[in-house]
Amino acid sequence: MSGPLVVDALGRRCPLPVIMLAKLAAGHSPGTRIEVLADDPAAAVDIPAWCRLRGHTFISTDGDRHTVELR
Amino acid sequence: MRGPPGLGWSCPGRDSVARVGVYFDAATAMPPHPVARQAFLAALDDGWADPGKLYTPARRARQLLDAARAAVAEVLGARPDELHFTAGGTDAIRQAVAGVRRARDRRLVVHTAVEHSAVIKAAGDLAVQVPVSLTGRVDLGALETALDSPEVAMAAVQSANHEVGTVQPVAGAAALCRSAGVPLLVDAAQSIGRVALPTGWSLLAGSARKWGGPAGVGVLAVRKGTRWEQPWESPVDVPAVVAAAAALRAVQAEAATEAARLSALVEEIRATVAATVPDVEVVGEPVERLPHIVTFSCLYVDGEVLLHALDRAGFAVSSGSACTADTLRPSHVLAAMGVLTHGNVRVSLHSAVSTEDVRRFLAVLPGLVADVRAEVGM
Repeated sequence: MSGPLVVDALGRRCPLPVIMLAKLAAGHSPGTRIEVLADDPAAAVDIPAWCRLRGHTFISTDGDRHTVELR
Repeated sequence: MRGPPGLGWSCPGRDSVARVGVYFDAATAMPPHPVARQAFLAALDDGWADPGKLYTPARRARQLLDAARAAVAEVLGARPDELHFTAGGTDAIRQAVAGVRRARDRRLVVHTAVEHSAVIKAAGDLAVQVPVSLTGRVDLGALETALDSPEVAMAAVQSANHEVGTVQPVAGAAALCRSAGVPLLVDAAQSIGRVALPTGWSLLAGSARKWGGPAGVGVLAVRKGTRWEQPWESPVDVPAVVAAAAALRAVQAEAATEAARLSALVEEIRATVAATVPDVEVVGEPVERLPHIVTFSCLYVDGEVLLHALDRAGFAVSSGSACTADTLRPSHVLAAMGVLTHGNVRVSLHSAVSTEDVRRFLAVLPGLVADVRAEVGM
């Protein structure tokens, strides 16, 4: 498997990073990892919350890099 | 243009206020209670003098102030001499924090992560935030740990949360504070005049505009024996204080009936929103909650866009989403809970809200959310 998919949402305000993540996630299978680059302070809360609501796994936040794994 | 007479505007009738739309933001400010209006006007005629002077008009103002103090103290479960009127809810909290820090000569304030911003700002950097659950209830174990330090000046635990309505376990927090020897400030702004107030506090703060009194009147009750030095004296506006007390007596008399009515409407909103709006999270405690506040977050929705759409439809609501705040940061309450911060709507009810108002809101909401989502391709 190649590296994770990346969503570049730097400079975008919420809910755009989550919308971009959801659109990309829709076409991918369980186990896929997606990294979201987002510097909006709301993203650090909203990306884990999106995972919880949709049943995906939130892996980690490292600065502006938020990693999720699709169920 | 409408406004107060004497400033170039014609005087608005009460019905013109109602025509603006349905006001769903009682948690920010209640529409003034009619009794407050009457009491204010009467006290302007009768209580304009400085209550600190010794002549007859001053004594009259003093009597009005004392009667107001006795009435408010009774509702708060305090003695009249424990009650201080302040320049508003924020001033009450700032006096509480500054006064305990001064008297105890310690700086550290332990507070829940979901306190009102007035508490968080008053505490400043010398503070320890105690985490909360997904529903916004403070973690008492973490509170106990945070209290275990000689640096702690005081603790602050709200009676119930102003954004999501979750009632806090104040009795448990008070027991922990008592055994740690730490005074407890309870911000009861959302509970006063609506529900039974907690006991066990050392200091209790509130704001008159949350119960239908005028803005600019706050209350701070300080239990006898609490180490607190009044840090400053706020000017007392006797007519406004009299109006605040009159409003509080009036809302307190109907509190039980109103709480039951509004709580049922909140329950209806919680259930209907969850059933009719896809991808929505209704947040806060479902049962241990205030009767008048309900909050939900809609996935993929810009809170500001939804707020304006609701406003155009005639509903005034509040939002904790970042785009609706002047700081561009999301609500610290929603962030501390770990719930979705975007697409957030807070509905807070009051006595002038009818069942029909709520049902019309519930009828238009799903379509408005769908429209906002369609614009971003969701």
